[in-house]
Amino acid sequence: MSSNQKTTLWFGLVAMLLITIGFTQSWSVSLGIMNLCLISAIMALGVNIQWGYAGLINVGVMGFSALGGMTAVLVSQQPVAEAWQAGWGKLLLAALFFAATVTLSVLCYRKIVAGKQRNIMMTAIIIIGLSLTRYFLDPATTAIESVDPASTGYLGGMNLPIITSWIIGGFVAAGVAWLVGKVALGLRADYLAIATLGISEIILAVMKNEDWLTRGVKNVTGLPRPVPYEIDLQSSDWFIQLIQWWHSGFLNSLNTLDKQVALKQFVIEGSSILVKLCYAGLFTTVLIIILILSVKALNSPWGRMMRAIRDNEIAAGAMGKDVTARHLQVFVLGSAVIGIAGAMLITLDGQFTPTSFRPIRYTFLIWVMVIVGGSGNNMGTVLGSFLIWIAWIEAEPVGVWLMQISTSGMADSNMLKLHLVENAQHMRLFFMGFVLLLVMRFSPGGILPEVIRKR
Amino acid sequence: MSFLIGDNMVGGYGGADILKGCTIAVDKSEIAVIVGPNGAGKSTAMKAMLGMLKLKSGAVRFNGKDITQMTTQARIAEGIAFVPQTNNVFVSMSVRENLEMGAFLRNDDFSDTIDQIFELFPILAKKQSQLAGELSGGQRQQVAVGRALMSQPSLLMLDEPTAGVSPIVMDELFERILEVRKTGVAILMVEQNARQALNIADKGYVLVIGENRHTDTGKALLGNPEVRRSFLGG
Amino acid sequence: MDVLIDLANAIVLLLNFVLVPGLAYGSQLALGALGITLVFGILRFANFAHGDTMAFGTMITILMTWWLQSKGVSFGPLPTALLALPVGILVTVLMLVFTDRMVYRHYRHKKAVPVILMIASMGVMFMMNGIIRFVIGPNDQRFSDGERFIMRARDFKDWTGLSEGLTIKTSQGLTIVIAIALVAALFWFLQKTRTGKAMRAYSDNEDLALLSGVNPERVVLITWILAGTLATIAGTLYGLDKSFKPFTYLSMLLPMFAAAIVGGVGNPIGAIVGGYIIAFSEVTITYAYKKVFIYLLPSGIEPDGLLQLLSTDYKFAVSFIILVLVLLVKPTGILKGKVI
Repeated sequence: MSSNQKTTLWFGLVAMLLITIGFTQSWSVSLGIMNLCLISAIMALGVNIQWGYAGLINVGVMGFSALGGMTAVLVSQQPVAEAWQAGWGKLLLAALFFAATVTLSVLCYRKIVAGKQRNIMMTAIIIIGLSLTRYFLDPATTAIESVDPASTGYLGGMNLPIITSWIIGGFVAAGVAWLVGKVALGLRADYLAIATLGISEIILAVMKNEDWLTRGVKNVTGLPRPVPYEIDLQSSDWFIQLIQWWHSGFLNSLNTLDKQVALKQFVIEGSSILVKLCYAGLFTTVLIIILILSVKALNSPWGRMMRAIRDNEIAAGAMGKDVTARHLQVFVLGSAVIGIAGAMLITLDGQFTPTSFRPIRYTFLIWVMVIVGGSGNNMGTVLGSFLIWIAWIEAEPVGVWLMQISTSGMADSNMLKLHLVENAQHMRLFFMGFVLLLVMRFSPGGILPEVIRKR
Repeated sequence: MSFLIGDNMVGGYGGADILKGCTIAVDKSEIAVIVGPNGAGKSTAMKAMLGMLKLKSGAVRFNGKDITQMTTQARIAEGIAFVPQTNNVFVSMSVRENLEMGAFLRNDDFSDTIDQIFELFPILAKKQSQLAGELSGGQRQQVAVGRALMSQPSLLMLDEPTAGVSPIVMDELFERILEVRKTGVAILMVEQNARQALNIADKGYVLVIGENRHTDTGKALLGNPEVRRSFLGG
Repeated sequence: MDVLIDLANAIVLLLNFVLVPGLAYGSQLALGALGITLVFGILRFANFAHGDTMAFGTMITILMTWWLQSKGVSFGPLPTALLALPVGILVTVLMLVFTDRMVYRHYRHKKAVPVILMIASMGVMFMMNGIIRFVIGPNDQRFSDGERFIMRARDFKDWTGLSEGLTIKTSQGLTIVIAIALVAALFWFLQKTRTGKAMRAYSDNEDLALLSGVNPERVVLITWILAGTLATIAGTLYGLDKSFKPFTYLSMLLPMFAAAIVGGVGNPIGAIVGGYIIAFSEVTITYAYKKVFIYLLPSGIEPDGLLQLLSTDYKFAVSFIILVLVLLVKPTGILKGKVI
């Protein structure tokens, strides 16, 4: 079977799954799943760019997507004028001192010969610089946070349309990735993994803690949307008429009273479906754009060079290719994509909850998607994302259902039965790990392995 | 019948054959040296006799026994000891511990053997508590050889033991190897420093592109004008 | 005279909120990091499943403890869990050996790069996490019993007459004592026994160890036995001290990796030193020194603010920052582990 046939077959399977869910559970649920599949696919593409193109392991997916999400907040929310008034002066000073500290210490590291003197100087610079920074930062942040903490208590945003945050989020993630990459990319693969995991935890800790910037664990809710609100749809005439027409067959068979009730039900369902469809349209567009760009890049001379470096770094280096610079490029690009996905996710959620970024859901699950789908193969990664996300979400209800069937012989109040049914959902973790190990062992390239083009 | 013989060996590391039918043999109380230009297959021949690569054809016999199919670990257990060219000591362990590791397969009390090694290499006795990684190159080689001798092997194989050491240390090492020969051990050596190595060799094998080009006693090879012109700088 | 009392009070504060917790937490991290560094050094890969191995071992111990408690068995002032430990250790070791046989051995024989083993360990982590949550549930579990305190704050205050009290929990004391005993035993094993030396040799130079006749499968087996034992004990001690919640052990993974790397990968002393460094850094950097300064400064002068270097929320971030710094500045760690 050719790889194209294989790809079509597998995507057909995915479509079947989503349709089945639509029929057996609800179309709203199915579309909701699809939207998250799309976002996860973009995140996984970012990871694939780093792993598949260059062999870089980034276990800090969580941090970069959180950065994208944070940007969605910073871009779309209203600025809180009072907070700015209260804190901008000291904040600026703090930023200046911080920048000065970093610049001075880097200069010191570079210009002065290694040794005791340098160590003493650097420690002094860092201690003095950070103390001065804190001296201005603390009162500034306290002032900002005390401005109406119940509903704001932070600086707010730039009041731009939230869709722009998708691009800006990419840039923010790229910027941070550049800094991280500059320092960390020299490490061996598994050490890079640990370092990126650590860095993403630091990023998240900052977000949870610096209330003046992100409201921390108080969360930011009610973010603006690029698509209509369900409530607005439910009260707009053109929409109600559309729904009426769509279900006319069924509705005409009912009497007036039942008709009203049924229509209302359909309108509510329909609004939810339409909103999700709008999002799906937006996300698919972004996914397609990124896919096209990725494939173009992969097949370009740049892409070939990247793969040459990945396959034999030493030889490539000996041929004069600047391996470090290329790695940095790939790292930044991949992180930008992850950031975009993060911004999209927060837009879909309508709120920014730093505590919801958990390693298992974001980092490790995305990695399973990349490996199972096909590392190095973009379509494979997208396929993997869909399959794994559907499996992850459906494993909970399916698992519970299976458990209920297998324990149907027991009395309903049986402790064991209750325990089994209640905890059945956790077996999806087991299932995910099992799938990962199976694929790694028996199909290491993934379901759709990398296509090696022979010339 | 030789104590160890690699008979008509043909093979390599996968694709092309590096060894194209060469024969190397050594007897007890004998020093055999393999010399030749780079890429001739000297180390490869030795590793083939150790079982570190599979032979396409040819056989390896040790003390009459055919060991061609045996694993390296099994051959070690038969009484062969090997000193690799690089990474040949446990850098994080003391000199004494290195020697103890050499005697790992022994079940008896080996303190006598340690004393013998210390007699052979007096400097190791002085530095026995120091970490092997902290010693100089020449001292490390002594630890490496000492470790190999701890198992009381009947055959000692050395891969370029004087690579990267100073001439004085090289002379010392060769002197020690002569001492070891006196105890009845068969010694097989691959060497780049051809002139000095052939000086102490009972048998010399000149390998060129995986084949035996010249085989004779060390002295004879040193006197052979063709050998001198090609490898010894006249 | 007053000055001395103030000084004493300040010292007691530091003992109570910095030294004792730091020692206890450091011991737990050290034991966990020891397991990680052994696997890193001998089996040469970053075992992401170690946190969940600790959780697994603790879970078995808890189940056994509950069974013992239901049978009316107790251990006097000490927690019953200590009696259940051997069972926990045995089951965990069996599980690790099983995992090795089913998962890691294949890649070892194929001489796969360490990254592949690391990703495989992520898969194992997922599976273990699922099993643990399925068997015991994701919630908090308490299983400690016996005498809770070795020293109560009230008793201390009565005894010394100071206004600050010192509390030492039994679990903290146990942790420190058991950690010292385990570390001593491990060291005796690695330094003085033939097998221990063989393991060090294998970690130092695998090829040369094989040339010396060391049996690689035996080394692997013993490594897993040690790792499982350390993980179970470390996890149980942590669970007795704080409480058992599956998620906590996953989040301890990074501080433990930090400890192992800071001290030098593959170096057991390094893991212990690293454990205490990380623990004390976390505690000292996030402790609010306001009260201490109140005692130390002349009366009347009160410092503004809590005098924390970093807020408590950054507790986890501290170990990550240290880890990242060490990886960037001195990847071989303080005690020079394996070269990166």
